[in-house]
Amino acid sequence: MVTGSIVLILLAGVISWAAWPVPSSYRTEDRMIAVKTGPGGDQDVTLDTRLYLPKSADASHPVPAVLLAHGFGGTKLDSVSDAQSLAEHGYAVLTWTAQGFGRSTGQIHLDSPDWEVKDAKNLVDWLARRPEVRKDSANDPRVAAVGGSYGGGLSLLLAAHDRRIDAIVPMITWNDLARAFLPNGIGGGPENGVFKKQWAGMFFGSGGSMGGTAPVAQPRGPRGADPSAAQCGRFALDVCQVYLEMATTGRPSARAIDLLRRSSPAGVLDRIKAPTLLIQGEADSLFPLSEADANAKGIAANGTPVRVAWFTGGHDGGQGPQSDQDRVKFLTAQWLDHYLAGKGAKPNNSFTYSRISGIDASGDGLVAAGFNVADYPGTGGTKTERVTVEGPPQPAANPPNGNPAAVSSLAGVGGAIGNLASGMTIEVPGQHADFYSAPLAKTTDVTGSPTVQLKVASPTREAVLFVKLYDVDANGQPTLPNGLVAPVRLTGLPTSIDQAVPTTVTLPAIVRRFEQGHRLRITVSTSDQSYLSPAAPTVYTVAANGPVTLPTAAGTPLQSPSVIWRYVLAGLVAAIALALVVLIALSRRRLRRREQTEDEYAQTPLVVRGLRKEYADGFVAVSKVDFAVERNTVVGLLGPNGAGKTTTLRVLMGLTYPTAGEILVFGQRLKPGAPVLSRVGALVEGPGFLPHLTGYANLELYWKATGRPEAEARFDEALDIAGLGTAVHRKVKTYSHGMKQRLAIAQAMLGLPELLVLDEPTDGLDPPQIAEMRKVLRRYATDGRAVLVSSHLLAEVEQTCTDVVVMHKGQIVASGPVDDIVGDSPSVHLDVSDVDLAENVLDELGIVRTVAWSGGNSLVVDLDGTPRAEVVAALVKAGIGVDRVVPRRRLEDAFLALVGGDTKASGER
Amino acid sequence: MTTTAPAAPPTAMDTYRPTRTFTFATEFRRQASRRRTQLALGFMVVLPLIILVAFQLNTGDGNNGRRRGEFSSLVDLATAGGVNFALFTVFVSASFLLIVVVALFCGDTVASEASWGSLRYLLAIPVPRGRLLGVKLAVSLAYSVIAMVLLLGTALAVGTLRYGWHPLRSTIAGDIAAGEALLRLLGIMAYLAVSLLVVAGLAFLLSVTTDAPLGAVGGAVLLQILSSILDQITALGAIRSFLPTHFAQAWLGLLSTPIQTDNLVRGCISALGYAVVFFGLAWWRFLRKDVVS
Repeated sequence: MVTGSIVLILLAGVISWAAWPVPSSYRTEDRMIAVKTGPGGDQDVTLDTRLYLPKSADASHPVPAVLLAHGFGGTKLDSVSDAQSLAEHGYAVLTWTAQGFGRSTGQIHLDSPDWEVKDAKNLVDWLARRPEVRKDSANDPRVAAVGGSYGGGLSLLLAAHDRRIDAIVPMITWNDLARAFLPNGIGGGPENGVFKKQWAGMFFGSGGSMGGTAPVAQPRGPRGADPSAAQCGRFALDVCQVYLEMATTGRPSARAIDLLRRSSPAGVLDRIKAPTLLIQGEADSLFPLSEADANAKGIAANGTPVRVAWFTGGHDGGQGPQSDQDRVKFLTAQWLDHYLAGKGAKPNNSFTYSRISGIDASGDGLVAAGFNVADYPGTGGTKTERVTVEGPPQPAANPPNGNPAAVSSLAGVGGAIGNLASGMTIEVPGQHADFYSAPLAKTTDVTGSPTVQLKVASPTREAVLFVKLYDVDANGQPTLPNGLVAPVRLTGLPTSIDQAVPTTVTLPAIVRRFEQGHRLRITVSTSDQSYLSPAAPTVYTVAANGPVTLPTAAGTPLQSPSVIWRYVLAGLVAAIALALVVLIALSRRRLRRREQTEDEYAQTPLVVRGLRKEYADGFVAVSKVDFAVERNTVVGLLGPNGAGKTTTLRVLMGLTYPTAGEILVFGQRLKPGAPVLSRVGALVEGPGFLPHLTGYANLELYWKATGRPEAEARFDEALDIAGLGTAVHRKVKTYSHGMKQRLAIAQAMLGLPELLVLDEPTDGLDPPQIAEMRKVLRRYATDGRAVLVSSHLLAEVEQTCTDVVVMHKGQIVASGPVDDIVGDSPSVHLDVSDVDLAENVLDELGIVRTVAWSGGNSLVVDLDGTPRAEVVAALVKAGIGVDRVVPRRRLEDAFLALVGGDTKASGER
Repeated sequence: MTTTAPAAPPTAMDTYRPTRTFTFATEFRRQASRRRTQLALGFMVVLPLIILVAFQLNTGDGNNGRRRGEFSSLVDLATAGGVNFALFTVFVSASFLLIVVVALFCGDTVASEASWGSLRYLLAIPVPRGRLLGVKLAVSLAYSVIAMVLLLGTALAVGTLRYGWHPLRSTIAGDIAAGEALLRLLGIMAYLAVSLLVVAGLAFLLSVTTDAPLGAVGGAVLLQILSSILDQITALGAIRSFLPTHFAQAWLGLLSTPIQTDNLVRGCISALGYAVVFFGLAWWRFLRKDVVS
């Protein structure tokens, strides 16, 4: 589990490295700034501001500034992350809460040049007084205006009314606020537009609701206790009245149009000299792509540099996928760097857009593919395709009060999802007319506003219709791209379809791939939940006239920055491949290297020198072991359980690494995996077989694993020794312990290795088998071969071995030929009738060296050369009965002297 | 033979070659004979059949052809053709079954030898330790690939026989021609194979660390589950990208048009990175380990 901990530690390290906070490179200042504003420049408004200053900025190193404005209903805190990244990029960033919102005082005038724009001019003045901000001249700071939606509108209007602005980046904002709220797909002014009631309501609601959360001290303006305060919240009275009027009738008065126009860049685009980067969202039913298109054309007409980018988010789609966010961020930084900070090359004029290409595979929203077109083509595209749609003239009923209504998009949500699934759109049966195209012959990537011609008849001579372009897949599932619809208000219609004249309807600009085999469906509905449609029930007749025109703007795909990961991957694969080749080559070379042979031991099967093995927990299993095994000998390794025999054998087989000392096999140093191990056959710590295979298959596969020729294996001889008979063809898991043991001995003998190492070979064998095994081992140790047998049984070693090594507590206590060691000892066991008397007699006689009681009636007597008969005679003469005289042997002496009385295994010491 | 040693006695050293020991074929045979191998591979063949039978039972249930939103369309689409059926089978197997199978092949391989005691006899042959691991890993990975191929092959064959050879239908992209869909399916399997290297690496590392085969297999699966759970916690933010399972679903990117490769690439980097660490640790550990079982 050491490895497990290592993995965990590594993981923890990586995570904390990733999550460690980086110290910020900027500081912030919050303050309330009082400004003089209003038509006369005499109204007091206090703005809640926050300035982000890079730490490097001071009077001697002034930095350019960015005015970062928030969206409708927001505060200065909405743009914290954008402000932070701009500040880290080296800009002084001033964010503020627009008047009428949050802690700022004043009322909402919808980016009026007399109010909000004047506020911003005051802020430019304020920035000019800051020593940390770079100046172009006195009271002219180097400053850009950046913002989205309400803030985007402000940046356009500010650039038109204040020449000190050096660059602007308006995002998802309007060109003509009147048209945005009162669009008409056949053109014409807002007078004939269809009221976008859902968005207008949300807009108004988010401003009005602020009244309740305003600071108590905030002056309520001249209205005082006016009941309209409850209705208008923090909206300025004129704005409020215009909304109430429009929302009630659905038709704008001239006053309303004037007010909305005043808050629109449309009329002042020719005054914008600041290079403009326009970023507009495709999933935006509030300010569609056409608004940015109008801004781009109007500003570019003065020769001011303009760049346009579309992304897949917007008021309905949010910030869009990460790739879009990265692109927008990159474009903004590039624009500001060049036109504000004066760094970097001039951004080119190219137009970039992106298209939803699918649901993100990781489940994190959508995925967009980006494209680049050399020049901005507008919403008309660079080319057009024509696709015919057909269908008979169809009646479509207008429901009373627009209820039930078709659903195309819900303001602020779901537009992007509507791009992919059909679940969001609802058509009411009987209230729409459908015109289908044939399945498309080729895949068409639409980029821009499609157009279609319609003929409409109405009994009231007027009609409000909602025209949509659906993408219908091969299975008939319709999808309304981004949930966008073109509302049209038609007037002067004939009552009969035969007399109707075709009208061209411009559909909302979209970016969508229509797959080959899909069909287009033009749907004309009579109501839409997002718009106000006539209250009186009517039945229109609708016919499609002519083809749908689809604009395209083929671009080169943008490489997403994440392309870098491909190089990382390629590098990683190459590095792994290289490392593998090097490692394999190194290990091959090491395998081929001939081991050094110590010639004096080249003919000695085994030499163990100063072996020590200390386990990781500090336990010393073998402290110092030296012995040798010569050819044609059977050497017994004798010791009680835990004496260190098995540990010695483990090192000998290359299973464990010795702590000190070495083992030579035929003169070669033995390390784990040393080739000389091929001359050793072994049975250590019991048999190890694949239980699901037969005994025979086990031996066969084992030999295959050696890679040596089959003829060398001597299967028959080995199987003879195993003596398993037909059982050798049964699965090993059915074997008894003894059968496995015999098979393991046979496996060790495969190929007749020159050194055979057997650990407790008689374990599990019955007496006849043990006797047979002794013969086998003695026979084996001929022709130059040697056998090393470990055992804790003295008798076994004595009867089997030619030589013996006695181990105890990890050390050698005796070694030599069995005959030498097992020979007669100078001592005898005497069983006598009276132990005490016999002891006294022998002591007095002085003919023996020592006498010791060994339990019961038994004495151990060291005769010191005195014949046994003499001792017996002496005892008998003293009247002591002698039951038994047993000569003792040296091995036993040695063994018992060292081991006897200490029954604990050394492993437990 | 005489009792005295000849001048140059023939020894095992003459025929022993480290690079010929324990060949891929030998280990492949050893593993092929195991019941768990046979069962795991067999299940890869049986699973598509079970799914097919399940679909057959479902259509007999009376709700013929009723479509209810996007979720039931998964089943509807699965029966749209052979490729769709194979995709469905892969989809339901990828999140758990394949992980278990790979963990089984890679986690059990060394640990089971240790538990049988046969590991020490292989090392005493001697099979060089690096070679032993290399061959073991190669065979385990080979069986993992075979399992995946069997699953895909059977699902394709069974699905095509039953539902025919039609373009791949999907809810998020248009239809994909059957030929190209097959290529993408192979791409998905390739990505799954790469991402499963993490499981393989972890299981293998545990396999050389423990003598309990079940511990190695279970441990690897458990850590995968843990990683998946952590990945659900969005509060972890960017840290999630470092989780080994974070890009497990990236193969879905192969189903969209155009193919989304970003996460596939990042997933491959993540998987290879983890695999290198795990395999590296496994080697490092095993080459220094005292084999005492």
